[in-house]
Amino acid sequence: MALYILRRIALSIPALLGLILLTFVLSRVVPGDPAATLAGDSATPAQIAQIRAQYGLDRPILEQAVIHVRQVLSGDLGNSIFSGRPVAEEIWQRLPATLELTFVALFLATLLGIGLGLVAALDHNGPLDHLVRLVSVGGLAIASFWLAIMLQLQFSMEWNLLPLRGRLDVALGQVPRLTGFMLVDTLAIGRFDLFLDALRHLALPAFTLALPGLATIARFTRSGVLEVLQKDYVLYARAAGYGRFRLAAIYVLRNAVTVTVTQVGLLFGALVSGAVAVEAVFDWPGLGTYAVQAILSADYKALLAVTLVIGVVYAVVNVAVDVAQAIIDPRVADQ
Amino acid sequence: MDAALVIEDLAVQLRGRGEVADILDGITLTVPRGSVTGVVGESGCGKSTLLRAILGILPGRATTPRGRILFEGRDILPARAAKPHGRIGFVPQDPYLSLNPVFRAGDQILEIMRRHAPGTRAEHRAKLVELFRAVQLPDPEAALRKYPHQFSGGQRQRLLIAAALCCDPALIVADEPTTALDVTTQREVLGLLRELVRARGLSMLFVTHDFGVLASLCDEVSVLYAGRVAESGPTRAVLDTPTHPYTRMLLACHPDRAVELLGIPGAVPPATAQPAGCRFHPRCPVAQPDCRQDVPPLLPWSGGRAVACPHAARMEAHALA
Ligand SMILES: Nc1ncnc2c1ncn2[C@@H]1O[C@H](COP(=O)(O)OP(=O)(O)O)[C@@H](O)[C@H]1O
Ligand code: SF4
Ligand SMILES: [Mg+2]
Repeated sequence: MALYILRRIALSIPALLGLILLTFVLSRVVPGDPAATLAGDSATPAQIAQIRAQYGLDRPILEQAVIHVRQVLSGDLGNSIFSGRPVAEEIWQRLPATLELTFVALFLATLLGIGLGLVAALDHNGPLDHLVRLVSVGGLAIASFWLAIMLQLQFSMEWNLLPLRGRLDVALGQVPRLTGFMLVDTLAIGRFDLFLDALRHLALPAFTLALPGLATIARFTRSGVLEVLQKDYVLYARAAGYGRFRLAAIYVLRNAVTVTVTQVGLLFGALVSGAVAVEAVFDWPGLGTYAVQAILSADYKALLAVTLVIGVVYAVVNVAVDVAQAIIDPRVADQ
Repeated sequence: MDAALVIEDLAVQLRGRGEVADILDGITLTVPRGSVTGVVGESGCGKSTLLRAILGILPGRATTPRGRILFEGRDILPARAAKPHGRIGFVPQDPYLSLNPVFRAGDQILEIMRRHAPGTRAEHRAKLVELFRAVQLPDPEAALRKYPHQFSGGQRQRLLIAAALCCDPALIVADEPTTALDVTTQREVLGLLRELVRARGLSMLFVTHDFGVLASLCDEVSVLYAGRVAESGPTRAVLDTPTHPYTRMLLACHPDRAVELLGIPGAVPPATAQPAGCRFHPRCPVAQPDCRQDVPPLLPWSGGRAVACPHAARMEAHALA
């Protein structure tokens, strides 16, 4: 297993290098002369030439690429054209907010999706099955931003149950940044009330973000369970007198979710891109809002850096998914 | 007679899309204690369905309009009857498909013991290692920790035989336990079963597709055709002097010992369209007019046999080419 994990990590290195190079290529094909952009509108040709030399833009393109890779690997993503501050720093500030949102959404989608899929399969063609199917068709059809606004109208404006926007009610107190994850930091300082408040803030955006994934996972789990129920080993286990609960919830589900888990990996990409819209509606201080800002101000440095970071996170999640799959199905690591 | 299992007039139907399929019709057979009873018949004749009825795992669409399955003094056929888990060991047909690939094989057997055998987990493990040794699995201790895909087909069937024995059952039922294996492995597994039967005095109902296996393992045999018993009795008597036209034709044309009618027109009728009367009549060389209407009863015959054909004597005169 350890060997499998190492191999899996090694395999993702070329993909990450490719991603870094891709961001380099993208930064060179943006319209206009980067040096001119950096120098500003009123720069003289001499100033532009100086900046070109300063940033190494006058060197051979391959050398520039190598320098770029080296810089990225050392954590230098350049400075924001908009704010002038290091992009890496700005992203570092905002990344935890997005990660917290997407992880909670992923958790919700996985847990509820698997639960609903199992319930639907065990009640094949029954009322619960139809209900779950309805939910999953709906979950895929509804646009996130529309759902987000509807939820805000109902839960925040109409019923006043959940907060409208943000990560925390500032009136309640300050949370020092330890990990940047509200749920972790509030607990770390022993403020359970703030933890609950952070949860309440997470509820609507996380649910909005989770719904399409939840629908996908429910569908895959349902068909997976139905397929596994037909297997000889299930018949055998019934003949041998396994308990009904154990058979359904453990024996069958573990087989069925091997397919679902692959979906979770793919889903994460969709979650991160979905986060852009959801963060915008809920005023969530994460990478999504940062990316929107970068687009609006044509800050290509920031945009490329966001792309890169999301790519890295995506790669990490997919390694984790593969490892999870190897744990669930021992045949995977032995192949 | 002291019987481990008695099946009386068992009928199983499958319902679906307005059709009713008579899968089994009037099966009567006995497994005497301490002996092996074989069930043979062409594929599709209902052998697996018979075992599923005994094990209480008939498909949801199945109904059992008639019959009783008597085991340890009670009828275990009704859906609400408590199933004899642990008391009947099951050796399934396909060792590749019958173990869940994502759980350790040992844990899957220990789960059966946890539910149906007395004792602690440690005792169960010790007993399972003993059983692994008895079924000649290499390295029994290590086998506990392995996943199914880490065993060969023959080893998996040994695991499943150990699983069938794990709760000290009063009866073993086996569904063609060697058909999924290669010839050499088949021989080894059969040898093992024979040895276990002798050493432990097992009572067993053994479904097979192979006359050679039948002759080497079974004391008694029931020959099935299209969901009914055609002929039953001591194996030697049935194999040496087959009496029912179907049995005679089967034994006359078995090049590779497989139970199959070759070169005879017709096939086993589909379960949804069984002919009236004797189900064999469309293929029977000595069929009489009454065979189209009357279901032939299973009648006592010489040598402790029973034969479901009133015209069996005519077969003597008929030349089988
Ligand atoms: N789950 C099922 N659904 C529909 N038909 C079935 C099912 N199981 C068995 N049958 C039918 O019942 C008959 C007997 O099948 P089976 O008991 O498997 O025979 P055998 O084991 O002798 O090959 C066949 O005609 C088969 O098509
Ligand atoms: S003679 Fe009649 S009863 Fe006997 S097997 Fe042939 S068809 Fe059936
Ligand atoms: Mg069968």
